[in-house]
Amino acid sequence: MTASQTPPSTDPTASVEAPADLQDERLIASQGLGGWAAATWDRIRSGDLGSLPVVIGLVIIWAVFYALNPAFISSRNLVNLTLQMVPIGVLAIGVVLVLLLGEIDLSIGSMSGLSGAVLAVLFVSHGVSAWLAVLAALATGAVAGLVYGLLFNRFGVPSFVITLAGLLILLGLQLRVLGTDGTVNIPFESSLVQFASQQFLPAWLAYLLAVAVPALYLLARVRTNQRRSAAGLSAPTFAAVAVRAVLLALGLALAVYVLGRDRGLSYMVLLFLVLVVVMDLVIRRTTWGRSVLAIGGNVEAARRAGINVKRVYLTVFTLCSTFAALGGILAASRLASANQSSGGADTNLNAIAAAVIGGTSLFGGRGSAYSALLGIFVIYSISNGLALLSVSADIRYVVTGAVLLLAVVVDSLSRRSRAAHGRA
Amino acid sequence: MTTTSPAPVLSMTGVSKRFGAVQALKDIEFHVSTGEVVALVGDNGAGKSTLVKAIAGVYTTDSGEVTFDGAPVTITSPSQAQSLGIATVFQDLALCDNLDVVGNLFLGNELKRSGALDEVTMEQESWRLLRELSAKIPSVRIPVASLSGGQRQTVAIARSLLGEPKVVMLDEPTAALGVAQTAEVLNLVERLRERGLGVILISHNMSDVMAVADRVSVMRLGRNNGDFRVADTNTNEIIAAITGATTNAVTARAARRTPHEEQS
Ligand SMILES: Nc1ncnc2c1ncn2[C@@H]1O[C@H](COP(=O)(O)OP(=O)(O)OP(=O)(O)O)[C@@H](O)[C@H]1O
Ligand SMILES: [Mg+2]
Repeated sequence: MTASQTPPSTDPTASVEAPADLQDERLIASQGLGGWAAATWDRIRSGDLGSLPVVIGLVIIWAVFYALNPAFISSRNLVNLTLQMVPIGVLAIGVVLVLLLGEIDLSIGSMSGLSGAVLAVLFVSHGVSAWLAVLAALATGAVAGLVYGLLFNRFGVPSFVITLAGLLILLGLQLRVLGTDGTVNIPFESSLVQFASQQFLPAWLAYLLAVAVPALYLLARVRTNQRRSAAGLSAPTFAAVAVRAVLLALGLALAVYVLGRDRGLSYMVLLFLVLVVVMDLVIRRTTWGRSVLAIGGNVEAARRAGINVKRVYLTVFTLCSTFAALGGILAASRLASANQSSGGADTNLNAIAAAVIGGTSLFGGRGSAYSALLGIFVIYSISNGLALLSVSADIRYVVTGAVLLLAVVVDSLSRRSRAAHGRA
Repeated sequence: MTTTSPAPVLSMTGVSKRFGAVQALKDIEFHVSTGEVVALVGDNGAGKSTLVKAIAGVYTTDSGEVTFDGAPVTITSPSQAQSLGIATVFQDLALCDNLDVVGNLFLGNELKRSGALDEVTMEQESWRLLRELSAKIPSVRIPVASLSGGQRQTVAIARSLLGEPKVVMLDEPTAALGVAQTAEVLNLVERLRERGLGVILISHNMSDVMAVADRVSVMRLGRNNGDFRVADTNTNEIIAAITGATTNAVTARAARRTPHEEQS
C-alpha cells in the first residue's frame, strides 16, 4: 500500500516503477504511437491548435487554385512561388521574435527599403564590393533596431509608437540615400542578383539534404530518449520517433522532386529555411530564447527571476531590424533594383500577417519560428494563385486581408479555449 | 535588543519606502541569522510584502542600510539579490503562465549542456524537488496556467530551493495549500533551518508561526511594532502588537464567545 501512498524516488534501482513523470494516477497514459496521436488530438481540442489551422487553410487554398488553374501546381510556378516568398519571409522571422515578446515593429517595411537602397547605392554607385555592401546594409538594420531597443528601455514608450516614428524616419532616409533619380539598378550578372534568382542546388545535394535532415532529427531524438530513460523519465517509443522522421523525409523528398522538375531548390530559399530552423532552435533550446518566451508570458515574473529584461528587449529589436535589413537585401537582389517604392505598399503588413497567420500569437509568449515559413507560404500561395488567374491587385488585397482577419480570429478563439481548458 | 543567536546573515536598519503618498515602510529595522526562522507578521497592508520585495531587489528603498554576510550591500535588482543568495517566494507567485513547470522552476537559472538547455536533467531535478514537497502535480510538462492555486504555490516554493540560497523568504507560502502540503512546507522550513539557512516566513496563521518560528517580528502600519522570541511570548501578546492594542477585535471576540459558549 505504501507504493500508492508515497511515490518512490527516482532512484534507478527502483526501475520496476513507472517513469518519474508518469506516476500520477490522474495522468492519462500517452505511450507509443497511438498515445501520441491521442495526446495530439487532445491538445487540438483544448485550443492548443499550433500550426493545424494554417495547414488546413493551405490545403484548401491549393485545392481551390488547382481547380481554377492546374498550372498553379506546375513545378515552374512552384519554383517561382518559393523565390517570391523569401524576402518577406525573412522579415517575418524578425516579426515572430518581437511578437513573442508581446511587442511589434511596424517599420520593417521601410527598414527593408532603406537596406536595399544602402546596398544598391554602395554596390552600384560607389563600387563597393558585394560583401561590404551587404554588411553595411545589415549594420544599418542593426543600428535602427538598437535605437528602438534603447528608446523602449529608456522611456517605456509602446513599441508600436516608436516603430511608427521609425517607419517615417527610415522612409525619409531611404529616399535620401536613393537621391534624385530614385532608382538604382543592380547589374544582372552581379553575384547578388545571381544568388537571389539564378543559383539552384544540384539535384543530388537537394536529395542528400532531404535525407540528412530527417536522419539528424532521428539521431537527436533517439539520443534524447536514451538520456530520458537513463534519468528515469518516460520516452516515446522508437517507432513513434521513426515514423515522424520518415514522414519528414518523404515530405522533403517530394518537395525536392517537384521543384527539381523545373530549376530546383534555390540557394536563397535554402538560406531562408536554414534561418527558420536555426531561429526555432534558438527560441526553444537556449537560455535567451527561454527568456524571450518568459517575458512574453509575464514580464514581471521574468524580471523577478533575475532575467536581464532590458537586454532581451534590446537584442530582440536589434535582431528584428537586422532580419528586415536582410529581407531588403534579398528583395533588391531578386528584383535587381532598389527604388523609392521598395519595402513600401504591403511589405510591412504581409510580413506581420505572415507571422500571425502562421500561428504566432499577437498576445506574446506563444509562437514559433516556423510560423514565418507557414504564414508566408499561405500569403504567397494566395497572391501567386490570384496572379495566375489574372486577378487585379484590388482583389488580392481584399483576399489577403480576409485571410489575416481569419487568422487573428482563430488566434483569439483558441486563446479563449485555452483559457477554458487551462492551457493559457 | 539582546539575542544569543549567531551573527546576522542579513540585517537592515532605517529602511524606508514611499509609494507616492503612502509611506509603506518607515525606519524599519530587521535582521535574520543563519539557522534562524523569523516570522514577519502584521495586519493587511502593514508593509510585509513591501519589505520582502525590497530585500529581493524588486523595489529599491528610499533610505536605509543593508548588510549581507557582514558586508554592506545595496540591492538594486532581483538578479543581484539572487547572486547574493537570497531566494524568494512572492505572495503573488510571479510565474509565467505560458511556460511549463520545468520552465518556471528553472527560469533564470537554466541548466545547460553544451550550450543548449538541458531539459532532461531539469525535468529529473524538478520531479525530485516536487517529491520533496509532496507536490500533487500530475505532469511537469504542462503550462502552469493549468495548475490549481496550491499547485502553483508549490511550484513557486520549489523554485526558491534551487541553487544554494543563504536566505529564503516565503511570503504567505501556505495561503492556498492543503493540509498535507502545509505540513510539508513547515517541515521544509525546519529543514532549511537545520541546513543553517536564514528563513523569513510571512504568515497570518498564528499557530503555524508559533510552531516553526524562533523569533516573531511584528510590523504595523509600515513600522516595527515589537520583536518577540517565541520561547518567551504567547499568541495574545503578538496579536496585541499586530493590532496595536491590548483590547482589539480579536480579544473582544474571544470575550464575547466565552460566556456564549458557557450558556450552551
Ligand atoms: N506597488 C505599489 N504601489 C503603491 N502602493 C503600494 C504598492 N505596493 C504596496 N503598496 C502599499 O503599501 C502598503 C503595504 O503593502 P504590502 O503589500 O507590503 O502589505 P502586506 O503587509 O504584505 O499586506 P498583506 O498581509 O495583505 O499581504 C499598502 O498600503 C499598499 O497599499
Ligand atoms: Mg503581503
